[in-house]
Amino acid sequence: MPKDDVKTENFRFVGTRPNRPDGLDKVTGRAKFGADASAPGMLHGAIVRSPHAHARIISIDTSKAEALKGVKAVVTRADFATDVTGENWNVLENVMASDTALYDGHAVAAIAANSALVARDAIKLVEITYEVLPHVTDVDAAMADGAPVIRAGTADKSVPAGLHPNVVRYHDSGHGDVEAGFAEADLVIKDHFRTEATHQGYIEPHACLGMLGGDGKGELWCTTQGHWNVQKICSALLGLETSQLRVTASEIGGGFGGKTTVFIEPVALALSRKANRPVKLVMTRSEVFRASGPTSSTSMDVKIGMKKDGTITAAEGVFRLQGGAFPGAPMEMTAMCAFAPYALKNVHQVGYDVMANRPKQAAYRAPGSPMAAFAVESVIDELCGQLGLDPIDVRLKNASKEGTKASYGPRFGRIGLVETLEAAKAHPHYSAPLKPGQGRGISCGFWFNFGGETSVSLALSMDGSVQLMVGTPDIGGSRASLALMAAEELGIPYENIRTTIADTASLGYNEVSHGSRVTYASGLATIEAARDTIKKLCARAAAKWGIDADAVSWEDGCAVPSGPNAGDFDPLPIAKIAASMGRTGGPIVGHYEATPEGAGVSFATHIVDAEVDPETGKTGIVRYTVVQDAGKAVHPAYVEGQFQGGAAQGIGWALNEEYIYGADGRLQNDVFLDYRIPVASDLPMIDTVIVEVPNPGHPYGVRGVGETSICPPLAAVANAVSAAAGVRLHELPMSPPRILEALEKQRDG
Amino acid sequence: MVEVNLWSGLRALADGHETVEVDGSTVGEVLTGLAAAYPGLKDAIDAGVSMAVDGRIIASGLTEPIKPDSEVYLLQQLKGG
Repeated sequence: MPKDDVKTENFRFVGTRPNRPDGLDKVTGRAKFGADASAPGMLHGAIVRSPHAHARIISIDTSKAEALKGVKAVVTRADFATDVTGENWNVLENVMASDTALYDGHAVAAIAANSALVARDAIKLVEITYEVLPHVTDVDAAMADGAPVIRAGTADKSVPAGLHPNVVRYHDSGHGDVEAGFAEADLVIKDHFRTEATHQGYIEPHACLGMLGGDGKGELWCTTQGHWNVQKICSALLGLETSQLRVTASEIGGGFGGKTTVFIEPVALALSRKANRPVKLVMTRSEVFRASGPTSSTSMDVKIGMKKDGTITAAEGVFRLQGGAFPGAPMEMTAMCAFAPYALKNVHQVGYDVMANRPKQAAYRAPGSPMAAFAVESVIDELCGQLGLDPIDVRLKNASKEGTKASYGPRFGRIGLVETLEAAKAHPHYSAPLKPGQGRGISCGFWFNFGGETSVSLALSMDGSVQLMVGTPDIGGSRASLALMAAEELGIPYENIRTTIADTASLGYNEVSHGSRVTYASGLATIEAARDTIKKLCARAAAKWGIDADAVSWEDGCAVPSGPNAGDFDPLPIAKIAASMGRTGGPIVGHYEATPEGAGVSFATHIVDAEVDPETGKTGIVRYTVVQDAGKAVHPAYVEGQFQGGAAQGIGWALNEEYIYGADGRLQNDVFLDYRIPVASDLPMIDTVIVEVPNPGHPYGVRGVGETSICPPLAAVANAVSAAAGVRLHELPMSPPRILEALEKQRDG
Repeated sequence: MVEVNLWSGLRALADGHETVEVDGSTVGEVLTGLAAAYPGLKDAIDAGVSMAVDGRIIASGLTEPIKPDSEVYLLQQLKGG
């Protein structure tokens, strides 16, 4: 899209902050989430899960469970399709184990019964004989010689010879000569970093209600970020024709990437098919932690060379990501994002995808990028400190701009990193005095963003109000932002538009709500669908006036003659055209289907002040500012919310959140009491600055904003903690025991 | 002919070349040309790749146009959360 075609000013609705359309439903309890559905004759499901980290399944005896009064169906892997291949096979293997339980919590069988209580009693009666196998849960240990092999032969052709079979994919990219670059540097720092797996921590557990008949026709209600994807995967796993399964997305209580795949939905459908009754399945919190998709844990080495003036001469990174007992850890994203904020002549990044006896990782906001930023931005901070340089000036000196050859290869288009750094430097936070015991940290972050298949329909009602139907579940305020864009094009009030998340039978395929794509891609499709509608409205006016359709324009919600030569007619409002549409050609519906490919990449700069209690090791976040390029903030309050949400989750990742596995390979902290996410009292009010450098790939310049905000916080907090405590932490989370240990080591010399 | 830059991990599958030249005026044609000229790349392409064309990242669209003088980079498939 040429830059001139991007509208950047004179907006009437875009950029305003109207009330959220789902607000009343959510505060009154009217909103229906995954677990809120019910159906006549409904059964309740429960899943039998492995208590072992790695064990061969010798036998499964369900006879005692089946004999329990109220039990209506039992399923095992034998009840799923057998001709499943590729990534669908991995998903099926994760949904229901075949011959080996691969992690603590891996599903082995499932039961449907008249009540949830009976179902839970029945799963205790399933007798499974296991042969316990050696296990490994740590990423470095899983790559080491002698580590238990999770599944031999999984590695693809990219993996160099000689690596452990648990290394299943490999990435290597970069340009220039890093050794020559390091030789030019006045100071070179190399450090090793580790991050533990974290969970997205969505408050709503996975929940669904499935109905599948013996005729292969089914209905599924579930909490998901992408119901077309659920339809596609469930159909494959159950051997159904895709269109015979209709999937409806519930209201969603948080996803953050963790609801981009399936865990229990195929199981509910399999139980329903066997029982010939609707089956509801709801995960407990423990099941969510043990058997949904946390992030990868990482082990990383980063080396950066810098001149005394702050010029980065070379950068090198090795990123090892453990993604559970399946391929797919996003190590290529980690590698490609790591050095993207900087214009580097010499850069080299390597990634390893490593399997271990843990649950199959799933996406979590900018998957892979926050860990990379933690390592890279920590080393840059250390270099700035040792060379006595201002951390923002150094980042400005090396910042990627339009035309910069990115660390991952191509040249950047129009980007806004410099603008975020300049705004951060000018922000009062950056120059505010610190109290004793406090430290300030800075970090940049980068994320790609995404487009994806998108289908939107916009239907006029008889009174001129508008039904906007989209296929991307609203995970961050998209119903409001899409209605604002429709209002902008149509020239009618925001309140006259109702945005609905349509089911899979009502629109063409829609890619999952991920990759910060919804406001970008569904927004672009909404604008085009509105323009399609306007063409039809103008044609109706032209017919009424007896002039060419080309002689009619659309202004402020009305058809008007496009000039004095077109004739002298009063403006024809949308409501008048709508009232007679049945008699003037039929219903008026605009639509647009495409795979938009212009999602602009996004950068952010965060400033954080922290204080560390040297007695307890507890870190307090005392001030936090997010500066991020949004391209164009359609609904600024939601954009600010995205910025704050990413920062809050990043603070949790940095300070407290972690998966803790025992020596037996079992997860030890599978409830929120033991897995500590930040609560309101842990956080200051997070300040936000919206930078708007338009994305040329969107009619209004929109860039995705949902993910980039979690890229800088891990490093920004680490840099603040380092400044406050006087000791550098190389491992996340920086929990009180870990900080105390670092302080003690420093005291002991 | 379009010059395609390969990420380092792919070079071993393309006779060690950092860049390769293939015919094609769209993303799909270039990918087809790559797999035909270097069969070792086929598995990686089939597994899913993205392409950066003049700095614009094409996540999946095969019909996106490519000019002979376009800067083209093959990238691993992008995913998000």
